[in-house]
Amino acid sequence: MTASFRRRLTLTTGIVAALALVLTGCGSSDDSASGANCDAYAAYQGAEGTEVEIYSSIRSPEAEIYQESFAEFEECTGITINWNGTAEFEAQLPVRVEGGTAPDIAVFPQPGLLKAMVATGKMIPASDAVSAAADEYYGADWKAYGTVDGVFYAAPLGANVKSFVWYSPRTFADNGWSIPTTWSELLALSDKIAADGKVQPWCVGFGSGDATGWVGTDWMEDLMLRVNDAETYDAWVNHTIPFNDPKVAAVLKEAGKVLKNKKYVGNVPAIATTTFQEGGKGLVDGSCAMHRQASFIGGILAADYGATIVTPDDTATEGGITTFYFPGVTADQRPALGGGEFVGAFADRPEVAAVQLYLTSPEWNNKKASLGGWFSANKGLDVANVADPVNKNAVEILKSATTFRFDGSDAMPAAVGAGSFWKEMTAWVAENKSDKAILDAIEKSWPKP
Amino acid sequence: MIEIAARQSQLEQAISKLTGLGLTIAIFALLVFIAFSFSERTGEKVQRYLKYLIFLFPAIAFLFIGLVAPAFRTIYLSFKDARGDSFIGWENYHWAFTQPEILEVLKNTGIWMIVAPIASTGFGLTIAVLTDRMRRPGLVKSLIFMPMAISFVGAGIIWKFVYQFQPNEKSPEIGLLSQIAEWLGFIPSNWLLVTPFNTLLLIVVFVWIQTGFAMVVLSAAIKAIPDEILEASMLDGAGGWKRLSRVTVPMIRGTVIVVLSTITIGALKVFDIIRTMTGGNFKTSVIANEMYNQSFRALNYGTGSALAVILFFGILPLVVYNVWHLKREQSDRI
Repeated sequence: MTASFRRRLTLTTGIVAALALVLTGCGSSDDSASGANCDAYAAYQGAEGTEVEIYSSIRSPEAEIYQESFAEFEECTGITINWNGTAEFEAQLPVRVEGGTAPDIAVFPQPGLLKAMVATGKMIPASDAVSAAADEYYGADWKAYGTVDGVFYAAPLGANVKSFVWYSPRTFADNGWSIPTTWSELLALSDKIAADGKVQPWCVGFGSGDATGWVGTDWMEDLMLRVNDAETYDAWVNHTIPFNDPKVAAVLKEAGKVLKNKKYVGNVPAIATTTFQEGGKGLVDGSCAMHRQASFIGGILAADYGATIVTPDDTATEGGITTFYFPGVTADQRPALGGGEFVGAFADRPEVAAVQLYLTSPEWNNKKASLGGWFSANKGLDVANVADPVNKNAVEILKSATTFRFDGSDAMPAAVGAGSFWKEMTAWVAENKSDKAILDAIEKSWPKP
Repeated sequence: MIEIAARQSQLEQAISKLTGLGLTIAIFALLVFIAFSFSERTGEKVQRYLKYLIFLFPAIAFLFIGLVAPAFRTIYLSFKDARGDSFIGWENYHWAFTQPEILEVLKNTGIWMIVAPIASTGFGLTIAVLTDRMRRPGLVKSLIFMPMAISFVGAGIIWKFVYQFQPNEKSPEIGLLSQIAEWLGFIPSNWLLVTPFNTLLLIVVFVWIQTGFAMVVLSAAIKAIPDEILEASMLDGAGGWKRLSRVTVPMIRGTVIVVLSTITIGALKVFDIIRTMTGGNFKTSVIANEMYNQSFRALNYGTGSALAVILFFGILPLVVYNVWHLKREQSDRI
């Protein structure tokens, strides 16, 4: 009895001691607030001791880099930024907003979701200062994506460029393959690689948990900008032409030339069960030659499969990968497909507006870019701060593209862009569903106005 | 300086939360005190009903807030459009019973509802009977029961590895099922893509978890059968199979029904396994998953609610039967 009581007492003391340690640990981290130069943060003062929650789909390890980029801001303004990343962002954000526990700031990876959240009436329009900063540092097309019904809500954050084909310069050099500059050259190269029989021409993975299929929608979008034009692309995204329009069918047919070709991709149905991360693995282990994916995949391939990102003329490094531009139908057609995040607020507090404003500033964008693996469409971003050769290429594509369009499925209503479009592209490869059947099914799922 | 301020605000928050808590407790104590002192002064009959009322009120209030009100709101929303703005009559239900994708979902839910409970109860009963006469059933039983401790999400991830398929012939298989198939001389296939076989593969995961539950409950019921009855049947010349089918199973019929209906309700509501393993792709989606997709992915509360109502009315008869059965058994005993 006594023994057990004493043990319990010791345990309690232990917990108390541990707690005390944690508490003091929090306080004693670093008291040199005066060490940093806070002059640049004059515009964000006046909200000391407050906290701002940023809710996002961006998780560890990227989240830590974001947190690191905020450190100086936090120190100088006294605003604590809590980055809350979740894999279930798209599903949980509506739940939180409807449930009355909306985050202060949400980072929208899809304008469609932004539109849906504005419709709930819980979003706060961006402040005049944020709006002016967005005018100054971003192109009109970018600002338009953060605007709903004429009201500007969300300034852009990061950017990504999707019009890339990843390849290994070493494998290409060893086999004497050259970089294609048109779509028909790309198909001819695929045929040649298939005929050589050493490696599979393409590797593709659609798998992404409950978002499985989005890779397929990216293929459609990139080809839509090439087979058709930007106007048709907009008409398709805004549903002024039906989803089963012959122009859309023509695009799907072109996509099928690669994705449904056993000689190019191997096991077609297995595309649906191969995750998009695994999809690029074949480039590193040499089992496939090309992989169409956005700029961000480089970081994943480097971290998970030991790839090294190299410049296109580095043909010596084993496991070195880089990108070439996903070619247009003609060589001088250079559209770019991209994406990005947008920072929208659900709380009308000065510290929230200050964080939003800071995120649009060139200072933050340069700081974040210099920490690696990231870039944005901010005009104040200095390319010299972007170290990675692929990201550097992406920044240049963004600055010089003949047409730039945002990820189309992201801009479609969620029922299509994050629902039937993904599902049907998955069924297209997994169940060998016909072109007509999937286009009709997506058209039918488009919400009626 | 800033950190001190931040810590102060944390302390303030903690204090305000504690005072809030203290205040709530004080109000509750006051209410209880008033209730009791009031009841002392009333007649005996009033007092009795008042007692019921006081003790039942919190439970009823919570039940109403958490269950009854949302249920009615869901039914109400199921007759409205995507954003819940205007009434559209039976259109959502019409949609649910005509859309081929949703019919697929209903069919899959039907398969789940029939196969999962029968298989779980069947395996559970078999193991319960086999281990009943065993000298040390502990090890076997705990092995069968262990999966009960794993969440459906965890089990889904584990079994996803079991069904994993390597499309590249040069790379080794990492999926257990594929490897076993290879050893047996078959060519492994991409298991989760083969309809309708894949729905059964998902049901296996559910059965793996639920068999333990069925076994434990049924085994307890079997233990409760008086030895005399079994001995009498033995003396009458009943063999093993006859004893099982004519004595044991009829004696535990009530328990079997409870187990069957409980697992059926579980199978109707299954969501986690589908979501983690296929995400509802490859024609494996079920009502609960589609309901979630419609409500929180497509943001269509009308169709989502309609599916919820359909699921509710699918489960309702089972619950009613269960309650009725329980009542009859109780009245039998009296």
